[in-house]
Amino acid sequence: MSEVKKTPLAGEHEAAGARMVDFAGWYLPIQYTNLKEEHLNVRSNIGLFDVSHMGEVFFRGENALKSLQHMTTNDVSKLKEGKAQYSLILNEEGGVVDDIIIYCLKENQEYMVCVNAANSDKDFAWFEKYNQGAELKNESSDWAQIAVQGKKSPELLDQIFSESVKDLASFSFSVEAFTSENCIIARTGYTGEDGYEIFCPNSVAVDLWRKLLEKGADFGVMPIGLGARDTLRTEMKYSLYGHEITDETNPFEASLGWVVKPAKGDFVGKDAAVSLKEAGLKRKLIGFTIEDRGIARDNYKVFSADGQEIGYVTSGTQSPSLAKAIGIAYVSLGFENIGQEIFVDIRGRKAKAVVTKTPFVDPKGA
Amino acid sequence: MKVIPEEFYYTKDHEWALVDENIVTVGITTYAQESLGEVVYVEIPEAGSKVVQNQTFGVVESVKAVSDLYAPVSGTLIEVNEHLMDNPGPVNDSPMEDGWLIRIEMDNEKELMELMKAPDYRKIIDKK
Repeated sequence: MSEVKKTPLAGEHEAAGARMVDFAGWYLPIQYTNLKEEHLNVRSNIGLFDVSHMGEVFFRGENALKSLQHMTTNDVSKLKEGKAQYSLILNEEGGVVDDIIIYCLKENQEYMVCVNAANSDKDFAWFEKYNQGAELKNESSDWAQIAVQGKKSPELLDQIFSESVKDLASFSFSVEAFTSENCIIARTGYTGEDGYEIFCPNSVAVDLWRKLLEKGADFGVMPIGLGARDTLRTEMKYSLYGHEITDETNPFEASLGWVVKPAKGDFVGKDAAVSLKEAGLKRKLIGFTIEDRGIARDNYKVFSADGQEIGYVTSGTQSPSLAKAIGIAYVSLGFENIGQEIFVDIRGRKAKAVVTKTPFVDPKGA
Repeated sequence: MKVIPEEFYYTKDHEWALVDENIVTVGITTYAQESLGEVVYVEIPEAGSKVVQNQTFGVVESVKAVSDLYAPVSGTLIEVNEHLMDNPGPVNDSPMEDGWLIRIEMDNEKELMELMKAPDYRKIIDKK
């Protein structure tokens, strides 16, 4: 592994006294003050996240669309300029190489693909291998990304960018100037809250971060570490690569079948995906709440009431919003229904848990 | 400079031990609770259980991490801080006092020789 990489905002995090860690080869803040406070602040006000470690790969030229159609599962031909699309990259066996968001900058001609930091090199190699003539460029090291999440985000961005940002629909974006540079502002996120993800060139990242903190003071803005980012997404049962989705899991068992569109034409992994779907599910990704004492952690085993091993935990935490231990697990078919009693092996003790409706919290309904 | 009180013994795993005759009160250090972050769950055995020096006797968990607890000395638990089961807050707010975890009736006083005193523990912390 090469030296740990720093985002343009590393100095800001250090100055704020954040606890820094090596995450997927990046030097990032795990926590600023208190994970629970940070988490709850995103649910009630606004949080700022430095997610500059995420990768940005551009597909350009006349074969850009053709190449993306060939390499991703969702139908990119449906994607209009200014829209974003959640999608997957599959391997030949139908396992998940990565989950991505594709941004259409110019129909048929220019697309940006946002990939997971840990997969950035693997994905780029994969894109090069299956490329159908697009001009491919890995611009990950040129771009910073700041997520602004929480119900007051539209008001905050309204203070910095044009009014149209407030009216962006979910999974839409606009290109907006900040000082001398253009930023891509997308109505997307990983917390379940209303909010934005802003892609900006490295050169303006510090100014933008400071501006968001300054203007956000009236809205109760807080910088948020990776710890709360993970608990927020777990409360929503959003998949995280390496946990819910891996090269060995398929989209259907992860409840991501909705982004697999075999009707669009041929794509890598399609035949395997179609066979997997026809064969039917063997296991399913469920959310659970622990009723006994204890917190489930990833890779803890899951058992039925009669002691049969039925699966494993992919993510588990204490939910700051609910003050309960929650988790996500793969369980054998037959154990996936809401209310089903299951048992999680916590250090040799079988803790009773119950399959729970997800998302665990409903930010928009609250 | 961290506060590392002189009257305590310490382990390399960041537990403290306070000795009163043959009764040893045990908790985690200020350094340990700061690294762990907010403790949301404490799992410790019932009074009457036996613990063995350097062996795990329980865990403390923050939202993100599980951390094993190691017994500084061998003996029998005469008291456990049951309040922490419902409210682990004192482990963070007052780790060296109200956040104590267990009281051990020590089997063998000689085991204390294997623990550190404040100056040696400080050396470990300063290296971090």
